[in-house]
Amino acid sequence: MSSLGRIAPAPAEAVSPATVACAHCGAPLAPGQARFCCVGCEAAHALVSGLGLDAFYRRREAAASGGTLRPAAEPPATDFAPLARAEREDGVHGLELMVSGLTCGACVWLVEQALAAEPDVLRARASLSSRRLAVAWRGPNARANDFAALLARLGFRVAPWSPACLRATEDEEGRALIRALGIAAFGAMNVMLVSVAVWVGWDMGEATRAAMHWLAALIGLPVIAVAGLPFYRSALDALRARRANMDLAISIGVLATAAMSLSEAVRNGPYTWFDGATALLALLLAGRVLDRAARRKARQAAAELLALQEGSVALLQPDGTTRAVPVERVRPGDRLLVAAGERLRLDGVIEGTDAAEALLDTSATSGESLPRRFAAGDPLPAGGVNMGAPFRLRVTAAATDGSLAALARLLERAEQAKSRFVSVADKAARLYVPVALTVALGTFLGWWAGLDASWQEALVPAVAALIITCPCALAIAVPAVQVVAVGALFRRGVLVAAPTALERLATADHAVLDKTGTLTEGRPVLLPDPARDPASLRAAAALARASRHPLARALVRACPEAAAAEGVQEIPGAGLRRGAERLGSAAFCGVAAAPDEGMTLYYRAGSAPAVAFRFADRLREDAGEAVAALHRLGLSTELLSGDGTEAVEHAARMTGTGPWTAHASPEAKAARIAALRAQGRRPLMVGDGINDATALALAHVSVSPAGATDLAQTASDLVLRGEAGLAALPAAIVVARRAQRIARQNIAFSLIYNVVAVPAAVAGLATPLVAAAVMSSSSLIVILNALRAGREPHAWTR
Amino acid sequence: MDALILLVPLALFLGLLGLLFFLWTLRARQYDDLDGAASRILFDDETRRDPRSSAR
Repeated sequence: MSSLGRIAPAPAEAVSPATVACAHCGAPLAPGQARFCCVGCEAAHALVSGLGLDAFYRRREAAASGGTLRPAAEPPATDFAPLARAEREDGVHGLELMVSGLTCGACVWLVEQALAAEPDVLRARASLSSRRLAVAWRGPNARANDFAALLARLGFRVAPWSPACLRATEDEEGRALIRALGIAAFGAMNVMLVSVAVWVGWDMGEATRAAMHWLAALIGLPVIAVAGLPFYRSALDALRARRANMDLAISIGVLATAAMSLSEAVRNGPYTWFDGATALLALLLAGRVLDRAARRKARQAAAELLALQEGSVALLQPDGTTRAVPVERVRPGDRLLVAAGERLRLDGVIEGTDAAEALLDTSATSGESLPRRFAAGDPLPAGGVNMGAPFRLRVTAAATDGSLAALARLLERAEQAKSRFVSVADKAARLYVPVALTVALGTFLGWWAGLDASWQEALVPAVAALIITCPCALAIAVPAVQVVAVGALFRRGVLVAAPTALERLATADHAVLDKTGTLTEGRPVLLPDPARDPASLRAAAALARASRHPLARALVRACPEAAAAEGVQEIPGAGLRRGAERLGSAAFCGVAAAPDEGMTLYYRAGSAPAVAFRFADRLREDAGEAVAALHRLGLSTELLSGDGTEAVEHAARMTGTGPWTAHASPEAKAARIAALRAQGRRPLMVGDGINDATALALAHVSVSPAGATDLAQTASDLVLRGEAGLAALPAAIVVARRAQRIARQNIAFSLIYNVVAVPAAVAGLATPLVAAAVMSSSSLIVILNALRAGREPHAWTR
Repeated sequence: MDALILLVPLALFLGLLGLLFFLWTLRARQYDDLDGAASRILFDDETRRDPRSSAR
């Protein structure tokens, strides 16, 4: 079909003139834009062409882009040079980065090729699934910043490869599972080779059969010993805690089968059952590996979100200059420079020599949507965002003993309490293990004492009953559903972090919502004003591009097509100036400010009348729809916010949320959740702030929306990604409920199977061939049923 | 039946060889980036690099 294209390969520039998407990032273009959505994309495209890497635009998957590759307005703030470590080879440095935006193979190619084009780069290798980039170069460590800047100019967001990323990726346990799976699969196939010979070889001599049995034992016993380790370990843990779990059932079944087979080999009985035991292990391990892979993907995506939030702070040196250092290295008494728009990461007070005050957006710590003023000497809450001029901060507590760390420790304790939740699979196992053991024991006694069989003969039907009651379908019933449901949610932008999160989400009956950052965007948004001249907005946005101030950024977001103006001067704490143009506070623009104006910027060009731009924390577009959907799903809702009465009441009315509480402190939020649990309700907590973290950890199940603080994300069972919006929450509940229903069906099905298979085993009619057929057919049916869990939810919107 | 004495150990040996190969690939971290490996195979051109720097 592309023969024409091969004769005359069209350069990337010559895409049809009717393109409606940006040629670099793929975002839809505003009217009046020819090829690029912003100057950053134009520069990135020129950079890619200059490197001769145009092929990137032809190779990438169209669906994978869509604005994700739009270069940020400012270069990365982190200083990467200290993070580069010297390699063994002389003068060679290596650096590991987390690269956000690596969504397809072409991105990997672009990143690797662009770095390899630098003359001093020795190696550059990016991993698509972990978003990890390892680069090594010959030269000074300061080159690290050049590489980071190069990636930023291409539109990728980079962050230091953090311990959290490492934990999410370095998956020792996962690798051990894959190793066990490989060994079990090898064993199952080779034992089967021998077993099939015994099954069909009726005319086989006694001696040959004995040789076959011992051959099977030779392969089977080591495989069972090694590949079963993950199950034995978990079973031992359960025994120590005096509980029964699914792994205990599996371990007993596998080990008893191995013992019985050995006894059969010794007395040269008709069959050994090593094939059943090894095949069972292989099948169950395959389920475990898939289950883990699905959640690992979600964990990595969550770690990526966190890594992007981590950063360095500007430490003031004695000579007055600043140096970017990681937060952990800051000691109490150190002085930091807090830039406009920067989030405080440490507890501290405003340096006394500054007569100035600080204006902080404390929505993450207290839920208030309006910024608060702090005077010199006031303790500042870590987690607030500087909305005013840059100020100096004297640190009062190091990162490990600050208020954020104390909260993190509190969360850990709350999480431990939550891990006592018993999953439906383990509930089934608690019933199943004693019943299966009783049946097996009864069978053994019946044959041995009742029918006068030898104990070796009696062992065969007893163990056959044990393995045919088949922990197999039962053990795979829930993980199979989990794999499918977690994968389906991942594709819709919902990250499932906790193993039992879906089960708990399905049973939630009451939703407690936070306001700031959850029902609202959690950042200032320009309010529309029909009286305002669009030209003045464009002019103001052009000025605002020069600043990192949150309101200036909000202005740029409202008018992204404005090009950056040249020669803009920023007057800290006041505003921006270029010639006669001014953008900033009321006083700066010479306007009499209204006493209660909230967040407002003024723009004035020369002597023309000033134009006001008002900002507010707007409700998310899908907030009302999401709350209504929650009601339709049978959940009652409640709004719990630290913000003022008026704002909370407004949000509750607009979204239709049930009862509301304003001025709720973090303790009050946690107490409310605890009270709900004491009443026997199962609260679903949705929150994004540091003030919500304890409540999130205490809740039956917790969700943090896009853009939540890192503490809230770690305390949450599910994390919603940016593109998904709040509407993903009711959709996730629907998926979780259906997954629960299917898991129950699967458990019921495998129990029914047992009703048919167990009498046959007890009667001594089961052969290893029958067991294999029962096991694989029941597992297949359970897996096929589980696939239904991933289908699109359709009912919840109606 | 004599053939079995040779063929069965031979089959097992080959299987074991396969298993050892799998364990080696696991140790060499070839399963760490399955998505990347899937698309990497389509990149035909060599890494463009400056002739001065050493080869990979």
